[in-house]
Amino acid sequence: MIRLRMMEILVGAFMAGGFVALFFLAMKVSNLSADVGGQGYRLSAYFENIGSLKVRAPVTLSGVRIGRVEAIGLDQDRYEAVVTLRIDPRFDKIPDDTFASIFTAGLLGEQYIGLSPGGGETFLADGDSLTHTQSALVLEQMIGQFLFKKAEEG
Amino acid sequence: MLNALARLGRLGLYAIARLGRGHLLLFAMIEGLPSLAARPRLLVAQVYNVGVLSVLIVVVSGLFVGMVLGLQGHYVLSQFGAAESLGVMVAASLVRELGPVVTALLVAGRAGSALAAEIGLMKATEQLSGLEMMAVDPIKRILTPRFFGGLIAMPILAAMFSAVGALGGYFVGVGLLGVDDGAFWSQMQSKIDLREDIVNGVIKSLVFGWVVTWIALFEGYDANPTSEGVSQATTRAVVHAALAVLCLDFVLTALMFGD
Repeated sequence: MIRLRMMEILVGAFMAGGFVALFFLAMKVSNLSADVGGQGYRLSAYFENIGSLKVRAPVTLSGVRIGRVEAIGLDQDRYEAVVTLRIDPRFDKIPDDTFASIFTAGLLGEQYIGLSPGGGETFLADGDSLTHTQSALVLEQMIGQFLFKKAEEG
Repeated sequence: MLNALARLGRLGLYAIARLGRGHLLLFAMIEGLPSLAARPRLLVAQVYNVGVLSVLIVVVSGLFVGMVLGLQGHYVLSQFGAAESLGVMVAASLVRELGPVVTALLVAGRAGSALAAEIGLMKATEQLSGLEMMAVDPIKRILTPRFFGGLIAMPILAAMFSAVGALGGYFVGVGLLGVDDGAFWSQMQSKIDLREDIVNGVIKSLVFGWVVTWIALFEGYDANPTSEGVSQATTRAVVHAALAVLCLDFVLTALMFGD
């Protein structure tokens, strides 16, 4: 009887340990604590070229992460990429003339969207779109332009 | 020529027959679930056998695998000046692949062999027939609790493996090699997704728990009732379970992350 009780206690401890491990993975290892989740409002932005921007890439303002890229699509009429951003509802004072650019973190790092706020009086709300955008820098294009310029000079 | 063809045919029929018997056993074990619900004690004993007794080897392996990942990852990443990404590398490889797979291999070796030998010996010493004589269904009474015990224990063990491994990578990366503490965790958190990585890892380990215990129980149940047959069944249980886990891991990874 005592052996059975001991076994039950150990199994209970085992399962509790498993839940602790899962909780640790969820809170400390994964993005659950930092995730906007299903909340937040959506903004869209048109880019001529998004480079290698991926879904779930961060959206930052002054380097602070305020949301993430939710979807990337193609507008067939304008032949431009449509990027849907999901912004944390805490940051609800983004002026309507905000500039969105695609930057690269480090030389080889991933690409993210950086917002630089304008001076507008009205703020963006759910469903609005950012009109001022700057495309990603594509290394090959830059090298091509550089060589072309050199050739012109020489 | 015809003899060779006949041998090939016999081999194929034998394999198909075993596959069929295996699935019949699986359905019979699942059928025993309602009667298991009436006797949860049996399940607790098997979670103890498969789970609690495997904790030590799983936790120690997890710690060392995590520490090796820390060392090796730092060696490669520091060449690109990206040592801060060590946390991402350690956590992603643990949660997605190594946690479920290595845990399944360890459980196949530590608990799967024991299950196959136990069931095989029960069959060889006619304990299973004895139960049947007493109008007790041996599958429901003996095999079902072991199957579900393994199914429950595996994801818990895999989660422990990954969690301890992440800590092991942290000790080596931050403590020994001087990676920045904050960057280690924040990079990890920004890249590891709860649904995409952790839940998929748990699904993987559930599938592996299913496959490993099923194969071990079937090999034991299908063993020749001799001492040689039991030893062969034990070997086959571990080898087949390990192969099944590795092949399935490829399929699951391709389905989950391969886009």
